[in-house]
Amino acid sequence: MTTAPKLKTVHLRLPATTEDLAKLEIGTVVYLTGRVYTAREGVYKKAVEEGAGLPAAPEELGFANFHCSPAATLNPDGSATVGAVTATASFRFAKWLDGWFKLSRCNIIIGKGGMTGEIYKRDFVPHNAIYLTTVGYGTGALLGRGIKRVVGTYWVEDLGLAQAIWVLEVENFGPFIVDGDLAGNSLFERENAKIAPHIDELYAGTKPATLRRYGETDKKTDEVI
Amino acid sequence: MIPIASLQKTAEELMAKAAIEIPEDYLAGLRKCADTEKGDLSAFVLQAMLENYEAAKEDRRAMCGDTGVPRWYVKMGNEARIEGGPVALETALRRATATATHDVPLRPNRVHPLWRTDHNNNCGIGAPEIEYSFHPEGDWVDLTTVHKGGLFGSDYRMLFPGDGIDGIRRFYLDTLIAFGRRGLACQPAIVGVGLGGSKDICMVLGKQASCLRTVGSRNPDPKIAALEAELKDLGNNIGMGAMGFMGSSMVVACHIEVGYCHTGGMPMSVHMFCLSSRRATARVYADGRAEFRTDPQWFTDYMRRASVDWEPAKKVEAAE
Repeated sequence: MTTAPKLKTVHLRLPATTEDLAKLEIGTVVYLTGRVYTAREGVYKKAVEEGAGLPAAPEELGFANFHCSPAATLNPDGSATVGAVTATASFRFAKWLDGWFKLSRCNIIIGKGGMTGEIYKRDFVPHNAIYLTTVGYGTGALLGRGIKRVVGTYWVEDLGLAQAIWVLEVENFGPFIVDGDLAGNSLFERENAKIAPHIDELYAGTKPATLRRYGETDKKTDEVI
Repeated sequence: MIPIASLQKTAEELMAKAAIEIPEDYLAGLRKCADTEKGDLSAFVLQAMLENYEAAKEDRRAMCGDTGVPRWYVKMGNEARIEGGPVALETALRRATATATHDVPLRPNRVHPLWRTDHNNNCGIGAPEIEYSFHPEGDWVDLTTVHKGGLFGSDYRMLFPGDGIDGIRRFYLDTLIAFGRRGLACQPAIVGVGLGGSKDICMVLGKQASCLRTVGSRNPDPKIAALEAELKDLGNNIGMGAMGFMGSSMVVACHIEVGYCHTGGMPMSVHMFCLSSRRATARVYADGRAEFRTDPQWFTDYMRRASVDWEPAKKVEAAE
């Protein structure tokens, strides 16, 4: 397990209570034990947008939603081989999250790169949910080791292996870092703010390209997500 | 005649090697980043990644859950003859891709752009891509597979001669800063810059510069090599480390490849080969023997020739 001498580290048992989550600060390193499931745009679109609802009771899926497609194979006998697992970038899924929280009652979202503080405050805070980012990105092999068992899969036929729901039993699954806490603060935004003052110096003396492009931003302290 | 069975077997091994074993040159470069990283969070991330590579090798499991989009680079010696011809070779590479997707396993990432059809084997229309190059002598075939992550960290822009080196610096910074935040580019990365060529070739050059050169290599043109070193330092001075946390670990190496372009333009592309810089190469000889390595040796004097005819003695054209 990766040691983080300078960083606060917490081992959480799932499902986590609001009291458990209140102990986490942005920048805390987290390991999980219990049940997590994968769900991303394919699932959100079907469940929230098309109104299909959940394929099973929330208790069956667990309450920690991993934005992930595992590198995994379903064998003819129904068993599964899971290799590495890593998160995909979460900012693309913002529009479905409020609906998903209501449907699934999950209180942990695990993904890549976090979401904006605005989305945390709008969608996460009312549902007492936090956001954990994977580390790297791509500690896929370490995370793969943390998976003890595939409990089940849902919607494989409809959505394919990559978009299906995989319910996973995990142990010391991590490391993750808290990006969004219960108050809706974002670690990435804090880090961006630290880096921002230096950026103008990097561009000093250069002029914009001869041929401009239509674009949404040319302010270098803006994010593109 | 190179036996087709040897090519397919070698290709299957390459698929697994690329997915599981981080190349030594990238690993050495990343360790250097880790040695000098002062940001707590960024340093923690690098440490976790170093442990992850070990776990991948020990368990023989893919180093990253997003196993990228597998593709192939084929370099043929001028005297190479393949049993069954080029069609048999392409079939072997597609079969190896599908087999390895199931066996390693890899994530079946490839889908139809509109219908999202997933064959669960990383094969489909135009997938895996297969690119070719040639070598003036040799009866061998070099197979290289690259499993590059695909969503963030690349950009293209038509610059003009008047934009100059400053314009290049600026667009380079734009790309690194835009995709470095939150670590969308999965840095520290091998940054490839394509300069010149027509628009499509500009993208190809930049991608090949990031994926097919090893950390520590330099462009043979000394002035371009100096620009590579300058851009590497510039990227590491943004103040952004792994995952966009405060730090200095952004660029493991910067590689620039050039091609002649339209006299009025200076197209530029930027590509970032991530913390899972997955590539593996093997040379397959006429007797079916395979030699594995991590350096694709893709950019050769022949590849970079500027003359009409191939003149081995003349080698690469550098700035006057």
